[in-house]
Amino acid sequence: MSPQLLFMQALNGLQYGILLFLLAAGLTLVFGIMSFINLAHGALYMMGAYFAAAAFRHTDSFVLAILAGLAGAMLLGVVLDRCGFSRLYPRAHLDQVLATFGLMLFCNEAVRMIWGSAPIFMSLPDALSRTVIVLGTPYPLYRMLIIGVGLLVALGLYLLIERTRIGMLIRAGASNRGMVSALGVNIGWLNTFIFALGAGLAGLGGAMVGPILSVQPGMGDSILIMTLVVIVIGGIGSIRGAFLGALVVGLVDTLGRTVVPALLSQSLAQELASTLGAAISSLAVYVLMVIVLALKPEGLFPVKKR
Amino acid sequence: MAFRKTLLVSALTLSMGLAAGSALAEVKIGFLATLSGSGAALGQDMVDGFNLALEEHGGKLGGQDIVFLKEDDQLKPDVGVQAVQKFIEKDKVDLVAGVTFSNVMMAIAKPLADADMTFVGSNAGPAPLAANQCNPGFFFASWQNDGQAEVMGQFATDRKYKDVYMITPNYQSGRDQVKGFTRFYKGRISGEVYTQLGQQDYSAELLALQAANPSAVWVFLPGGMGVNFVKQYKQFGLMGRIPLLTVSTVDGSTLPALGEAALGAYAGTFWGPDFKNPVSESFVAAFEKKYGRIPSQYAAQAYDSALLIDSALKKTGGKTVDKKAFRDALRAADYASLRGSYKFNVNGFPIEDFYAFEVAKDAQGRVSLKTIAKPLTNHSDAYFEKCKY
Repeated sequence: MSPQLLFMQALNGLQYGILLFLLAAGLTLVFGIMSFINLAHGALYMMGAYFAAAAFRHTDSFVLAILAGLAGAMLLGVVLDRCGFSRLYPRAHLDQVLATFGLMLFCNEAVRMIWGSAPIFMSLPDALSRTVIVLGTPYPLYRMLIIGVGLLVALGLYLLIERTRIGMLIRAGASNRGMVSALGVNIGWLNTFIFALGAGLAGLGGAMVGPILSVQPGMGDSILIMTLVVIVIGGIGSIRGAFLGALVVGLVDTLGRTVVPALLSQSLAQELASTLGAAISSLAVYVLMVIVLALKPEGLFPVKKR
Repeated sequence: MAFRKTLLVSALTLSMGLAAGSALAEVKIGFLATLSGSGAALGQDMVDGFNLALEEHGGKLGGQDIVFLKEDDQLKPDVGVQAVQKFIEKDKVDLVAGVTFSNVMMAIAKPLADADMTFVGSNAGPAPLAANQCNPGFFFASWQNDGQAEVMGQFATDRKYKDVYMITPNYQSGRDQVKGFTRFYKGRISGEVYTQLGQQDYSAELLALQAANPSAVWVFLPGGMGVNFVKQYKQFGLMGRIPLLTVSTVDGSTLPALGEAALGAYAGTFWGPDFKNPVSESFVAAFEKKYGRIPSQYAAQAYDSALLIDSALKKTGGKTVDKKAFRDALRAADYASLRGSYKFNVNGFPIEDFYAFEVAKDAQGRVSLKTIAKPLTNHSDAYFEKCKY
């Protein structure tokens, strides 16, 4: 495998990592601050994609579609938080898992009833469906755009959390929730804000992948699993952990899928190499998670507890 | 006293009414399809296609009233087996039809065979049921699974592609399709890539493919996987640059989601919505009118299954009691099919023509499949010689 191809595959890994980060950021904040496990996070991603596709169909504007995905999921987040999830925050984790898992199934069936079981249409405007030449290889411009947007979001989150008053409250809430409340901060609204922020980011992720992936019921289920892996590896509750963890997972997954079969095919027969390669590369991320859990159970970049 | 008499009379009339009802002898059809989960779009198309045929015939097939019972197998073999057992034991159906996926088909083959049930398949045609596990009561109105890959193999040979790069999911059907393709493709295989089932992002595979620069690409990526792949193939600027040959990837179920991104891709199967014969044309028009979309091949196969059952019931005078007579009538396939005429092979799979299609705009400017070649004529599957009853 040429160094050039390896670099391009790393770019793919980066793009996948950025997408995972958009989901992991919300999930890890909600878990870190409210100690709430939200398995319906993948459903919010799916809803973002559907809102975007629906808006795209009606307005034919790509920008409006992305905004609809973001705003729709955010609004849904506020409604969910205010109407039910806030009651679940003090409950045991198992209750939360059951309730949010149920919600995930509900969302999958709801989109099936509204939009049907077949994948629905969403495409790119011509201006974005071009390729750019990177190291002599054509690469989709739109994927570059996803990387750019993801990095901007990461920067924005960093500034929000490190440089603003609300960020200070979020950090304080993550360290000691009871104390923040005792100091007179309305922790309920802080929760809603965080939940809506996380939902909005998941929706943004869903809306942005709409033109790349098949928008269909259940599209959020598999990415949810990867997102959980990301926050376990990165360290629960930390945005920095989510960001770096997402990049690690994105790179390991993509490079595992490409480098392992390429290496194997040098020493084994092609059929065996492709079979074995497929098996090993699908395991790569989970093996990484096991190693991280064994050596650093807190994750690679945990929140500093004071 | 009078009251008791009324009661007696009404009881008598009721029981007579019931007896009369069962003497009317309806034919009960148990239709099994995948109606929830990731494969639901295909199953729904099948149910829609079958229902359309029933409706056009006024709820009758072969002049006989039809009781249409449908069950969802959720793409789970065990759920499929339970549904079939319910059809056989509780509903006492006269025949079972449908079935979307091969893994479910393999699981239900035994309970069907044990009950000596007549079966008309509308989609899945796994190889073992065409070979040594064939059954005299099973008829597949669709195709043996390999056929659609074989036609693309022949197409690639006809087009003299020097080398082909293959991508399929890493599971049994994917491997079967690879075998089908290579059975008829005589050129060189420059890559054989197995991806994860349900994979969403193909950027890594597409980059590797780009580096290999083959003269054509062949993929079998059903459902959402195909939508993902084709969209990304287009975005990588590969569509139109390297010919894309597909099986179960761009079809009536995925084209609405793909739109113009799929223009220029090739597909292989036994029927397309642009077929010029009266049965096909009237089916396409009626389907579009009722459901507002171009029918997929899955809808067509189920519709055709209903026509096959109709023809057999006509021959037997609406009776299914004499199983042999009913099966002989099915085996004759004596009806005007959407695909033109075909015959059943000894294993209950069709000997039929397979076509190559290109994704193109139809007369109304919609993205659809356009017939461009007929690489395989009167094609028999590769397994029928292994079928001994």
